[in-house]
Amino acid sequence: MATDATLARRAGRGLSGVGGFVVVTALTFLGLLAITFFIGRVVPIDPVLSVVGDRATQAQYDAARIAMGLDRPLVVQFLDYVWSVAQGDLGKSISTNRPVADDLLRVFPATLEMATLGIFIGVVLGVPAGVWAATRRGEWVDQVMRVFALLGYSVPAFWLGLVGLAIFYAGLGWVAGPGRLDIFYEGLVPARTNVMLIDAALAGDWDVFWNALSHLVLPASILGFFSLAFIARMTRSFMLDQLGQEFITTARVKGVPEWRVIWVHGFKPIRVPLITVIGLSYAALLEGSVMIETVFSWPGIGNYLTTALLNADMNAVLGATLVIGSVFILINKISDVLYRVLDPRSR
Amino acid sequence: MSTRDWLLDDSPATLLQANLGRAWRMMTALLRNPLAVAGLLIILLLLATALFAPWIAPESPVGQNLQARLLPPSAEHWMGTDELGRDIFSRVVYGSRITLMIVALVAVISAPLGLIIGAVAGYFGGWVDRILMGLTDVFLSLPKLILALAFVAALGPGIENAIIAIAITAWPAYARIARAETLTFRNAEYIQAVRLVGGSHSRIIFRHVLPLCTSSMIVRVTLDMAGIILTAAGLGFLGLGAQPPLPEWGAMISRGRTFILDQWWVATMPGFAIILVSLGFCFLGDGLRDVLDPKQGGEK
Repeated sequence: MATDATLARRAGRGLSGVGGFVVVTALTFLGLLAITFFIGRVVPIDPVLSVVGDRATQAQYDAARIAMGLDRPLVVQFLDYVWSVAQGDLGKSISTNRPVADDLLRVFPATLEMATLGIFIGVVLGVPAGVWAATRRGEWVDQVMRVFALLGYSVPAFWLGLVGLAIFYAGLGWVAGPGRLDIFYEGLVPARTNVMLIDAALAGDWDVFWNALSHLVLPASILGFFSLAFIARMTRSFMLDQLGQEFITTARVKGVPEWRVIWVHGFKPIRVPLITVIGLSYAALLEGSVMIETVFSWPGIGNYLTTALLNADMNAVLGATLVIGSVFILINKISDVLYRVLDPRSR
Repeated sequence: MSTRDWLLDDSPATLLQANLGRAWRMMTALLRNPLAVAGLLIILLLLATALFAPWIAPESPVGQNLQARLLPPSAEHWMGTDELGRDIFSRVVYGSRITLMIVALVAVISAPLGLIIGAVAGYFGGWVDRILMGLTDVFLSLPKLILALAFVAALGPGIENAIIAIAITAWPAYARIARAETLTFRNAEYIQAVRLVGGSHSRIIFRHVLPLCTSSMIVRVTLDMAGIILTAAGLGFLGLGAQPPLPEWGAMISRGRTFILDQWWVATMPGFAIILVSLGFCFLGDGLRDVLDPKQGGEK
C-alpha cells in the first residue's frame, strides 16, 4: 500500500512532469519562432526588398524599413515579432493583400480534410496489413509488404499524383480531376466549416457531397499510401516483438484460438506505441500535402505556401511555415503525453 | 598462406592487416544480403551513368529539335522526346550527374556538421550539451520539407541554395546519433588515458571520438539519401531547385505536368529514375545497417 509520503512524491513528480512538459513545449515554440525570424529577417540579403518587391520607390522602401522596425537592434525586433505572433498577427500577404492569419484560417480546413481522410485510409489498411505480414513472416505477403513499404520511401509524392491523375482521371474516368469541386457545383452550399464534405452534408446537398468526395478520394488515397507504408512497417515490427514473447506461446499451448492470440493477446499491448506512430504520420501528412496540393490545385495550406513561394511573398511563406511547424510540434507533444498516460510502464 | 587467410587472420600483425580484414568481413556479409547487393548495383549504375554520360547519351541534353517535339517512346528515342524535341533518355542520363552532385554535397556538408555538434555536446556535457541539443531538437521537431522550402524562399531559387537548404535540415539527426555514441564511451578508460598523457579536447574529439561514430553515421546517411533525393526533386518540381535548361529530374517532371494527359512519357520517365535511385539507397542502407550496426536492426 502506498504511504502518504510516496503518494505526495508521486503527485509531485506528476506535477513536475506537467510543468516540465509545458516548459519544453514553450521552448520548442520559441525555437520555431527564432527559426522563422531568422529566415525572414537575417537570411535574405535585403528583407525590405523581399516584402515590398523590386518595383517600389525609394520613399516606399524607406517607409517599409521603418514600419518593419529594421532600424532597431535584432533582439528588440525578435521580441517584437514574438509579441505580434502571440497576438495572432502574422503580417500582410502581398499577393492576396489580406492578413496572412485570415488567409491561413480560410485554407487550413481544406488541408485538414484531405490529411484526415488520408490517415484514415492509412490506419484502416496499414494496421491489418502490418499484423498480417507479421504473422506470415518471411512468406510472400511479408516480402510484398516490405517492397511496398520501401516504395513509400522512394516514390516522389508529386510524381505519384501526376501518374494517378493520368490513370484514374484521364484514362479510366473513375475520379474527378484537380480542385475541390466541379465548377458548376461551386458556391452552392454555405461555407460553415470550410470542410467541403461536412458543409455539403449540413446543407443536405448530396450531389455536392458526392462530387466533393470524388475530387477528394484520389489525393487522399495517395497521401494515405505514404502513411500506410510507414504504419504497416511499424505495426509489423511491434507485432513481431509481441509474438515472440512467452505469454503468446502459453496462450497457444492452452488452446486459445489463433485469431484471439493475434488480436487480443498480441495486438492489445502494441496499441499504445501505435498511437505515437499514427500521430507522427498524421503530422507527416500535413507536410506531404504541400506537394500533393500543388499537383491537384487543392486550395489548402500547401498550395498557399507554394504560391507564396513563387510570388516571393515572404510574410505568407513564414506564416504558413509557422502554422505547419506548430501543428507538427503540437501533434508530436500530444502523442508523447498520450503515450505516457496510456502506458503504465512509462509512469 | 592465401590472401584470404591473411585477411581473416585472428591475430593480425599490423594495423593495415586488421583494417583490411575487417573490411573484407563486412564486404562478404553485405554481399550475402540480396537486397543490399541490388542496392549496391543500382548505386554503381548511377555512378557509371554519371561518369560516362557523354558516351551513354545518344543526344545532347540541351540541344533542341522542334521538328521532333513530343514523340512517344520508340527505338530511336527510348523514353520519347519533350516539348522542345530533346531526347528524354539523354536528359535522364545527364540528370544523374545533378542528382549525384546534390546528394554528395548534402552529405559532405551535413554529416560532418552534425558529427561535430553531436560529439562536442556529448563530450563536454552540461550547458554546452543543453544548448546544442536544444537547438538540435527544435530543428528535429520541424517538418524537413517545409523548413527547406522556407530557406530556399529566403535564399532565392537555384541549385546551390537548394543544396544549402537541404543540408541545413539534414544535420540534426546526425548530431543526435553522434551525441548518443559519444556518451557511451566518453568515460571509457582509453579516453581517460589520452587525457592523462595530456591530449587536448580537440585531439580527443577528432582523433578518438569521431572515428568511433562513423559506422552508425554511414548507415544513417545512406538511409537518408532517398529522402534527400526526394526533397531535391520536390524543390526542382516547384521551380526552386535546379533551373532550366539543367536536366534535373524533378524539374523535368514539372515541365511534363502540362502534357500529362496526352504525352504521359514526358513527366513519367524521369520519375522512374528517381524511384530507382532512391530504392537503391534504401536497399543498401538496410543492408549496411544489418552489417555495421546489428543492434539498431530491430527487424530483419
